Amino acid sequence: MLDLRRFTGHEMRLGEKLIEFNWGFLLLLMLIASIGFAMLYSVAEGSFSPWAFRQAARFAVGVGIMVSVAMIDLRLWMRLAYPLYGIALAMLVAVEVIGFVGMGAQRWLNLGFVSVQPSEIMKVTLILALARYFHGLTLEEVSRIRNLLIPLGFVGTPVALVVLQPDLGTAILLIATGAVLFFSAGLRWRYFILSGAAVLAVIPILWSRLHDYQRNRVLTFLEPERDPLGAGYHILQSKIALGSGGIFGKGFMEGTQSQLNFLPEKHTDFIFTMLGEELGLVGGLVLLALYFVVLMFSLNVALRCRNQFGRLVAIGVSMTFFFYVFINTSMVMGLLPVVGVPLPLVSYGGTAMLSLMFAFGLLMSVHIHRNLEISRGPSAFW
Amino acid sequence: MQISGRDSNRYQTFTRRAALLAGAQGVAFIALAGRMYYLQVLKTDQYRMLAEENRVSMRLLAPLRGNIVDRFGRILAANRQNYRAMLISEQTPDVEATLTRLSNIVEIDDFTKKRILRDISRSPRFMPVTVAEGLTWDQFAQVNINEPDLAGIVPDVGETRDYPYGEELAHILGYVAAVSEKDLQQAEGNQQVLKLPGFRIGKEGIEKTYDRELRGVPGSSHVEVNAYGRVIRELAKDPGTPGSEVVLTLDMDVQRFAWDRLKGESASSVVLDIHTGDVISFVSAPAYDPNQFNMGYGTADYKALLESPYLPLMNKALAGMYPPGSTFKMVVAMAAVEAGVDPSHRVVCPGHYSLGSHDFHCWKKGGHGALNMHDAIKHSCDVFFYDTAKRIGIEAVADMAKRFGLGETYGFEVPGEKPGLVPTPGWKRAVKGEVWHPGETVIAGIGQGYLLTTPLQLAVMTARIANGGYAIEPRITRAIGGNLLPVPQPKLIGVSERAIGVAQGGMNGVSNEIGGTAYRSRIAEPGMELAGKTGTAQVRRISRAERLSGVLKNEALEWRQRDHALFVCFAPVHAPRYAMSVVIEHGGSGSGAAAPVARDIMHEVLKRNPARPQAGNPPPVGPKTARAG
Repeated sequence: MLDLRRFTGHEMRLGEKLIEFNWGFLLLLMLIASIGFAMLYSVAEGSFSPWAFRQAARFAVGVGIMVSVAMIDLRLWMRLAYPLYGIALAMLVAVEVIGFVGMGAQRWLNLGFVSVQPSEIMKVTLILALARYFHGLTLEEVSRIRNLLIPLGFVGTPVALVVLQPDLGTAILLIATGAVLFFSAGLRWRYFILSGAAVLAVIPILWSRLHDYQRNRVLTFLEPERDPLGAGYHILQSKIALGSGGIFGKGFMEGTQSQLNFLPEKHTDFIFTMLGEELGLVGGLVLLALYFVVLMFSLNVALRCRNQFGRLVAIGVSMTFFFYVFINTSMVMGLLPVVGVPLPLVSYGGTAMLSLMFAFGLLMSVHIHRNLEISRGPSAFW
Repeated sequence: MQISGRDSNRYQTFTRRAALLAGAQGVAFIALAGRMYYLQVLKTDQYRMLAEENRVSMRLLAPLRGNIVDRFGRILAANRQNYRAMLISEQTPDVEATLTRLSNIVEIDDFTKKRILRDISRSPRFMPVTVAEGLTWDQFAQVNINEPDLAGIVPDVGETRDYPYGEELAHILGYVAAVSEKDLQQAEGNQQVLKLPGFRIGKEGIEKTYDRELRGVPGSSHVEVNAYGRVIRELAKDPGTPGSEVVLTLDMDVQRFAWDRLKGESASSVVLDIHTGDVISFVSAPAYDPNQFNMGYGTADYKALLESPYLPLMNKALAGMYPPGSTFKMVVAMAAVEAGVDPSHRVVCPGHYSLGSHDFHCWKKGGHGALNMHDAIKHSCDVFFYDTAKRIGIEAVADMAKRFGLGETYGFEVPGEKPGLVPTPGWKRAVKGEVWHPGETVIAGIGQGYLLTTPLQLAVMTARIANGGYAIEPRITRAIGGNLLPVPQPKLIGVSERAIGVAQGGMNGVSNEIGGTAYRSRIAEPGMELAGKTGTAQVRRISRAERLSGVLKNEALEWRQRDHALFVCFAPVHAPRYAMSVVIEHGGSGSGAAAPVARDIMHEVLKRNPARPQAGNPPPVGPKTARAG
């Protein structure tokens, strides 16, 4: 079916947008989230409270957010990119001033009716802001140093604030997201090689500035047996749980490491371990495969989009999602140090789930508005 | 897809780079899958084992302690149910309030309360802590009925050691008590069971000597635990092996009779089978209550035990050392016969014996006149034995004393034996660095001076006289775990029949001939007659001035200054079977205080079971046999 109006920037009606919405993708997300509900049900020894039910309710809210975000014209999101980034940045500053401490770090902001983690919101708005900025540059302009100062500021400012909290995991995620967008926008290779070398050079300096607990995490990661009852306990118990699960697992709700509490944080950061213990290699691979389908769909959305803003948003969302999955699973398998990164859609947690669904909403908006051609200049939408 | 011209190079770059990123994602996912394969397939056995180690915890189960029974199977020490109240702190919102409510049923003093709160603070919240134990049935029932109001209190039944005869057997059985740090350090091998809360080990007596046999082999329970150590469920259970039953040679009826006869005195007595060395009765009075040691003696009660002048904590029958006094005279007589002295040789007793400038007095002021050896024993003439000892010399006397088991320990099953002392010039030179005086030989002739013996040794000495010179040794264990212990074949001590005949005859004279020092304490029933020897051991020095003004009667002296009263005997006199000794500390005279007691006990032994099985052919004994109801 060839509809010429799609190439012309004709304003789509809501009904058309709802038809264009890829409901199969939402079903995929639901499937992944349902695995999470099942695991949270198992963690609670076969009970929907306290986690599974609340997680499902949040997911429902998240679906609402995703659909709503997807319905909004991509040009409006482009227009809102800087203001939203500004709000997120303001919240990050606020958390420095009035935020409260949770899990040993100052990360939460109490908005009266709900507590949010501004760093989670920042991850999404950073994608928007960078995509908006690079949308306005030609390939040649991207690699001009004076054009790099502003996007570097976009990345550097929240990273500095997050490091102050201190939240090393989020800082790394923000840098990685930024790097992905710079890369996808076409920044020349030599910049990446140079900054890679620079990073290697500053590692010793950075090391000396790390908090003790952060240093311990890295050291313990490199050698878990260093402290089997202390910091290494998490990694060691996680590996034991995964390994003892074997190919088919110990059975749903039969995981001894999880059910007997040897495994820490099993409803949040270590939920993949619990899945691996109870459902084995098979269960773990099924979940990884589902994640991979999500990634491939996102990539497809990015490649099919006719505007640079949409492409960059789609690849940003896709890669952020990938980073979450990879860092979390690598951490529980003992491939990366323990950093507080949840498993997307599965780990119990409010802000992460909602900001992720918001991001998928953006992805879907890109998908729906993939045929929009948006000019580089500000006149097109400003 | 059509892309407008000016955007095309941007799009191509994007596509290339997005493909690179997708490739990176693919590589990363393959790496993840590979890691999962490594952990969950290649290393799964190792991790499965580690998970099991996490999950399964082995708990030791204390084995049931073996009973101790007498030779007829009567229970002397057993396990009794111990009614306890435990508290699980996580089950009560307010520990203090619960304790206050419980104190309406069971008294909880401030000291105990402090101990409970300390225990609670030291253990996980789901671990039961003992609040009160040794509850009466009434208290236990009340705790059970009121359980709904006593949040966190759990009634519980444990095992505790019970000594139904209490102090009557305290010095034989000893007691069990909680394991101390020192016990843990001294334990050999894998003694994890000692660390179980509430575990008791033998601290004295038979309980200590046969602790290992009585203890048994601990069982184990494999339980599933969570990360905090809470037990989720039991996976497997090995109940362990209960401790062995220990059968004593004791006859509880005789023991009880002897105890009743001696309690109230500071005294001891030992009854032996002269052929086997089996201890029929073994009393040291006063004693303590082993049940109280088990449950923890009150500090005031324990202080009273420690401070009592009658030394209730001391096992006098094997650790009390006394001069044998005149009970030693048979040894001197036999030494003389073996040295070639004719038993019919007479010595004139004028009431004293002079050596140099010193006079040694006979107990009979006017003297006995001329006596042969038999009469000297019968009348317990001191002068005769002064003279005899001097004549044959201290070495001959000491040699004979050692043959009869004096001055040594026997490796008796009840710990704490003392060797006593048989002095010789060599000993005196080595220990005191002094020369032996002839006068010391003289007084050794009547069992005074440096000589020290225990009641157990005196019984052994008498048994060796009665059995015709066999070196029996005392034993109190008949069987362990259903296996009879072999009766050692005694060796001859190498004393002639003639010498032993003189000793036996003299003792017969003491008890059964008119004028014998213990004639008043004879057993008249035909076939049950005993043959004995009195002894009165002086504990003070009688000054020349007192000797001139008249030796003070025992009744005129304070308790500590009075003579020890001793008596040894065997029976039946014509076919000896039992030997015994009685020592009553500061009891006065052997004939007045000790002989009547010994007579009564020996009479009881003889009349209780005249058809007692012969030595060497005892009845089969085992856990199932002859349990007297």
